[in-house]
Amino acid sequence: MSGTFVGMPAFPEAAHRAVGDRTLRGNLRHATHTIRAKRAGAVAELSDWAALREAGRQIKDHALRHLERCLVQLEDAVTAAGGVVHWAADAEEANRIVTGLVKATGESEVVKVKSMATQEIGLNEALEAAGIRAYETDLAELIVQLGKDRPSHILVPAIHRNRGEIRDIFRSEMGAWGRPAPEGLTDEPAELAEASRLHLREKFLRAKVGISGANFMVAETGTLVVVESEGNGRMCLTLPETLISVVGIEKIVPTWQDLEVFLQTLPRSSTAERMNPYTSMWTGTTDGDGPDTFHLVLLDNGRTDTLADPVGRQALRCIRCSACLNVCPVYERAGGHAYGSVYPGPIGAVLTPQLRGVQSPIDASLPYASSLCGACYEVCPVAIDIPEVLVHLRERVVQGGPVTRDGAKVILKPAKGHAAERAAMRAARWVLGHPGALRTGQRLASRARRYRPRTLPGPGRAWTASRDLPALPTEPFRDWWQRTHGEDHRPAGTEGNAG
Amino acid sequence: MSSRDLILGRVRRALADVRDDTPYEQAVGRDYLLRHGRLSAGETVDLLARNLADYRAIVHRTDVRELPGTIGRLLGAHGSRNVLVPPGLPPQWMPASGPARVQDRAESTPYDLDEVDSVVTGCAVAIAETGTLVLDGSPDQGRRRVTLVPDHHICVVRVPGQVVSSVPEALSRLVPARPLTWISGPSATSDIELDRVEGVHGPRTLEVVLVSEE
Repeated sequence: MSGTFVGMPAFPEAAHRAVGDRTLRGNLRHATHTIRAKRAGAVAELSDWAALREAGRQIKDHALRHLERCLVQLEDAVTAAGGVVHWAADAEEANRIVTGLVKATGESEVVKVKSMATQEIGLNEALEAAGIRAYETDLAELIVQLGKDRPSHILVPAIHRNRGEIRDIFRSEMGAWGRPAPEGLTDEPAELAEASRLHLREKFLRAKVGISGANFMVAETGTLVVVESEGNGRMCLTLPETLISVVGIEKIVPTWQDLEVFLQTLPRSSTAERMNPYTSMWTGTTDGDGPDTFHLVLLDNGRTDTLADPVGRQALRCIRCSACLNVCPVYERAGGHAYGSVYPGPIGAVLTPQLRGVQSPIDASLPYASSLCGACYEVCPVAIDIPEVLVHLRERVVQGGPVTRDGAKVILKPAKGHAAERAAMRAARWVLGHPGALRTGQRLASRARRYRPRTLPGPGRAWTASRDLPALPTEPFRDWWQRTHGEDHRPAGTEGNAG
Repeated sequence: MSSRDLILGRVRRALADVRDDTPYEQAVGRDYLLRHGRLSAGETVDLLARNLADYRAIVHRTDVRELPGTIGRLLGAHGSRNVLVPPGLPPQWMPASGPARVQDRAESTPYDLDEVDSVVTGCAVAIAETGTLVLDGSPDQGRRRVTLVPDHHICVVRVPGQVVSSVPEALSRLVPARPLTWISGPSATSDIELDRVEGVHGPRTLEVVLVSEE
């Protein structure tokens, strides 16, 4: 995964800034609570939700366990249907392939349907460097692009913006990218949507090249699936002459029938709808209908490294529904930007450090961006045990150990910032293994309780900056027990009843 | 080494710990329901109508005899000056008079389509539980762009024959090799404060005519 957000501070620092932003917190709270309630209702409509969730988990697991066979089968099916398949080991290679394909068409602009994979690899920047302008066409992505901003949610990238901010962005920025915002534009959502319709329509109608991702790829048939609401996806997938789809290799499902599971669980988990307004499915090319040239770029970019981790590989089951973001107390307060990745929230906290590694301060901090409350696991439609992976990655950050990077086994060194934690844990292990020392230490601490500092010095300060140091009891528990329940104080008449 | 070989090699090594010879048919427990609830054919059509309306499609019910009149009335009410009709739409569905007919030709550009006010199509299958119409590019539905660019789409569904209860039932009826478009209500967005707004890029008005086949 390329360093999309260079120079990003670690999560605690970024989150600290975000929680001070009242507008952001208000926007996020409103949005996540709205969708959370709706989703619960949509899920409750299906009495077999648990069975669908389990089937989804098993399908994705099977696809991952047999990934080589599935990918080869997909390649054959797409090729037979008139498509061209390319393989990209990393972001740089994917960008090179796509840039080359666009250049070969002679075009200097492309329309894009929202795609996490192309954001992950920084495709827009790569195209720009090659003199190609990429227009984002999802309304939220348009808001982000015009606002020179970054997406902050998987499903609703501009969730951090309210209607007033969106109106201001449209008024000041649309003109520089094409048709300006209508005179007297208000902050009514319907008017804002209409402004985007007018702005983008001229681009859709003249577009010769479209770029997309995909929600699913069916190995058996070579079919790609894009799930969306606005119709910008349909525009990008059907009007241009050339379509280029960049898709992570984990998006594969083995059979056509498998779609029956995900087309029930994805819309209800993400937008809380029975079904999203538009779903497009295409298999290679069709004469006279849609693009006559179709390229599929299969992207690795850290996915096979993630696959190599027996605990962490379950994160590749993710279908990007974003239900975990909407229930996460940490995401709700910190916002998506604090995660420093296109994948924010609980799933981002497990996916990003696996795709990118844990070398940078932000990536090493992400496994800690959670209260481990487990709400994310409860709502996940493919049952990814996010807390389990978080704890596993914390261990990796602190202890280091063998990991796979770029396909090669390497030994990871323990992260620098955690030296104090490791020292404290070593000390704790020793003390807990020596009851005499523990007893002496506890008694000493109790007697010195008047001198307890409010904040800890040195590396401990980070912990006490946002928490009170717990009060010390007047007497250690063991002493209290000995005094009240010990040999000398057993209540009369209980002797001999123990057996 | 090609990137293909590189990636497939990495996949193989990443899965060295995995021993899984379970055939696919046994690997996935399909304990979920084929459909939710046992409804009669009539009730299934009612559910389709309710769920379509819930997502702001406008639903009309008629029979084969009344169909041309219904379509004519809808085109008139919408103020359409012209209407596109796919080549394979049954001619008896359309009113004898009314707005000018536009043909979708292979060489028609998206700009030509942008001049079209309304489009009338059939569908391949409709899903009651989700309020979804599926188009598969058959001659009565035309290519994907004709139901996308014009702002008014009238979709005719033959009931009960074209209606299924559920997503699993729909998938088993469809042919993957065809280009498929699933439509559940008109174009919509929830990108502004998660308020649902109908009408962005696809047709802002979706009218569904449920026509009984007897």
